[in-house]
Amino acid sequence: MTSVTHDESAFVPPAEVEEPELYHPKTFVGKYIWSQDAKVIAVQYAITAIAVGLVALVLSGIMRLQLGFPHAFAFINPSNYLQFVTMHGMIMVIYLLTALFLGGFGNYLIPLMVGARDMVFPYVNMVSYWVYLFAVLLLMASFFVPGGPTGAGWTLYPPQAILPGTPGANWGIILMLVSLAFFIIGFTMGGLNYVVTVLQGRTRGMTMMRLPLTVWGIFMATILALLAFPALFVSAIMMTLDQALGTSFFMPALVSKGEHLGYNGGSPILFQHLFWFFGHPEVYIVALPAFGIVSDLISVNARKNIFGYRMMVWAILAIGGLSFMVWAHHMYVSGMNPYFGFFFATTTLIIAIPTALKVYNWVLTLWRGDIHLTVPMLFAIGFVFTFINGGLTGLFLGNVPVDIPLSGTMFVVAHFHMVMAVSPILVVFGAIYHWYPKVTGRMLNDTLGKFHFWVTFLGTYAIYYPMHYLGFLGVPRRYYAMGSTVFIPDSAQTLNEAITIAALIVGAVQVVFLYNLIWSYFNGKPSGGNPWRATTLEWQTPETPPKHGNFGATLPVVYRWAYDYSVPGCAEDFIPQNQPPTKKAEGGLEKIPDASKLGDQAVAAAVAEKPVGGKS
Amino acid sequence: MTYALLFLGGIMAIIVWWLVRQTVNVKPWLEQRPIEIVHGDGALSLPPVKVGLGVFLAVATSLFALLISAYHMRMMGADWTRLPVPRVLWLNSAVLILASIAMQWTRVAARWGQLDRVKNGLIAGGALTFSFLAGQLWAWQQMDAAGYFLTANPAYSFFYLLTALHGLHLLGGLWVWGRTTSKVLRGVEVGKVRLSVELCTVYWHYLLLVWLVLFAVLLHTHT
Repeated sequence: MTSVTHDESAFVPPAEVEEPELYHPKTFVGKYIWSQDAKVIAVQYAITAIAVGLVALVLSGIMRLQLGFPHAFAFINPSNYLQFVTMHGMIMVIYLLTALFLGGFGNYLIPLMVGARDMVFPYVNMVSYWVYLFAVLLLMASFFVPGGPTGAGWTLYPPQAILPGTPGANWGIILMLVSLAFFIIGFTMGGLNYVVTVLQGRTRGMTMMRLPLTVWGIFMATILALLAFPALFVSAIMMTLDQALGTSFFMPALVSKGEHLGYNGGSPILFQHLFWFFGHPEVYIVALPAFGIVSDLISVNARKNIFGYRMMVWAILAIGGLSFMVWAHHMYVSGMNPYFGFFFATTTLIIAIPTALKVYNWVLTLWRGDIHLTVPMLFAIGFVFTFINGGLTGLFLGNVPVDIPLSGTMFVVAHFHMVMAVSPILVVFGAIYHWYPKVTGRMLNDTLGKFHFWVTFLGTYAIYYPMHYLGFLGVPRRYYAMGSTVFIPDSAQTLNEAITIAALIVGAVQVVFLYNLIWSYFNGKPSGGNPWRATTLEWQTPETPPKHGNFGATLPVVYRWAYDYSVPGCAEDFIPQNQPPTKKAEGGLEKIPDASKLGDQAVAAAVAEKPVGGKS
Repeated sequence: MTYALLFLGGIMAIIVWWLVRQTVNVKPWLEQRPIEIVHGDGALSLPPVKVGLGVFLAVATSLFALLISAYHMRMMGADWTRLPVPRVLWLNSAVLILASIAMQWTRVAARWGQLDRVKNGLIAGGALTFSFLAGQLWAWQQMDAAGYFLTANPAYSFFYLLTALHGLHLLGGLWVWGRTTSKVLRGVEVGKVRLSVELCTVYWHYLLLVWLVLFAVLLHTHT
């Protein structure tokens, strides 16, 4: 670390801020229910997403019970097994991860990190949450309608999804499709806010290149989502029309139970194109915020500036752009022109370049850092490990000849759970441990946190590592029971039992996390305003938790980027973004020599003479 | 998916161009520029609501581009028949063009602060838009009466779907138009509705453009 970050903008007064045009409610209902404060909306999003995520977690536990101990539980039958698979997948991907990263962390962090009082359209932001909640309730309602929820798999492929015989082919699928359409409408309202707030709501001095990478990740993920969700919206509407009114967008001519159904000439492949045009970017809609958050967690806890900041920003953009070019790698087994297969395999492998670049930058940030193994840092490092593992198996599956034999097996389940389930969930946990003190003013219990981390981290490896092996053996995915399959050895079942036990332990330990969240809210150690000694603006608010309006009478002025850690010669090992330079030279400007021109010793001498850092 | 990819290519080009401007010669870790220059970098000199409309139009364009892509892919099916385009659609198109002109006229009047003209322009624009929607319903009725039902052929299904989604977008615009018009009728200052009028006008032009593209797509159908 040889460079010193200073700005010539010392003594610039704070931005003139008129009385903020925020809606200030006076009643409990106005403050916490119909709230227009992005922070309250964030908590509403987070609680709803975690609640519905717990439903999905229980469903996965039931699925594992069936796979580990087939036929031991009478309440699990082939039909509801498929329903559990479907609902687990859809809830986790859309209603938990997307909603939590963008609606939860996006709402809480964007205004605070860019130095804004709130989102630019607070009313629309509030409506966004209520539409999301409505979508969740519609989806949950499908558990209680005749036939139950859809069992078509989370990809909802037609014609199977709406044919008689598939669980939930009447009410279940309609509720799923309508719920998705509402989710997308709600998300679009929120997404407009996130994008426009980052573009137009930044405080004085906060250039785009001074934004923390968390904001960059959420910003790019929102752009991806805004452009990709219409594909799901279109397919949901068209399939609803196919199911409810008998159009033939996706439904080919079919004979079912000896009876010719009214459909004619529809294209199931068309649905797959539309679905995966959304579905693949969805992976990055979940991953990019995780990338951003992890960058910040690692930098804060290694007390070191992020390595290659600009490269990280460009990598986020490159990954986002490329994610729209790879969708058909999910369709190799549907059959395609070999040249197309080659094209999509190539683009898929190219994505590994910017992604690997990010991984190297995280590792290089850790390199010779002053690493504090706090709970958020443990989760962040756990993420890097897991993401590398999941990413590497992605390179296998990106190749057509490798994908085709593995596509229907547990290998794929193991791959995508490592890369887009466990990895982002580890980041979610890390982020909650990191920002909980800002949200509540109290620290989460450290011992419980470490216990939670180690059991979750090791437990997920106990689940998913062996699952790759099951895939190699040819154990099929989606199957309720294997039956008497000759080529699968009996030991596969033993492995399945072990996986189930690990999964149940990991599921159970989440109760410890929930207990910690509730217990610490009342009994946690008071955190103060900046317990992690971080530079970004959300830690510099006058109150913790921040009040509506975030920054008191005046908005902060930003003088530096978000990664001034361990700056040589500073009294503290961090300089907040809103810390003005304290040394005045000729013309009232900060003049600290550029390290690259003077060498380390000269800089150390210069800054030791007149320290520039310190707590704000 | 060619159309959707072309649109996305355009959007990505804009983002790349914008990001290049943000990052070239910028070293945030060594930044030594006065705050007056630093401030505003990357922020557009537009009110947030205008930027919000721009982003929304990008989302809507993504939706329509995907629909057009789906239309072309489905058109390859053997069961596709030529769409008997109702003639009233030509009239409707003319009405929507007039609505757009009326909104543009209103925008100019708002800029000059002429309340009466704004009032008349808004009413004319709204009336023409409602006429367009009524005309679209009439076209549906004609199709239905002639036996071209929603389910009879995918070409007809797409006709109903595309016109319905376009109409719903217009209805959304009419909601904002209604709020603006009621303010104008209550006699608020032109300055207070100028931005709303401007946003409505941009949205009307956009939806006119979308309609013209959709109409061309419907006319250019595979036989």
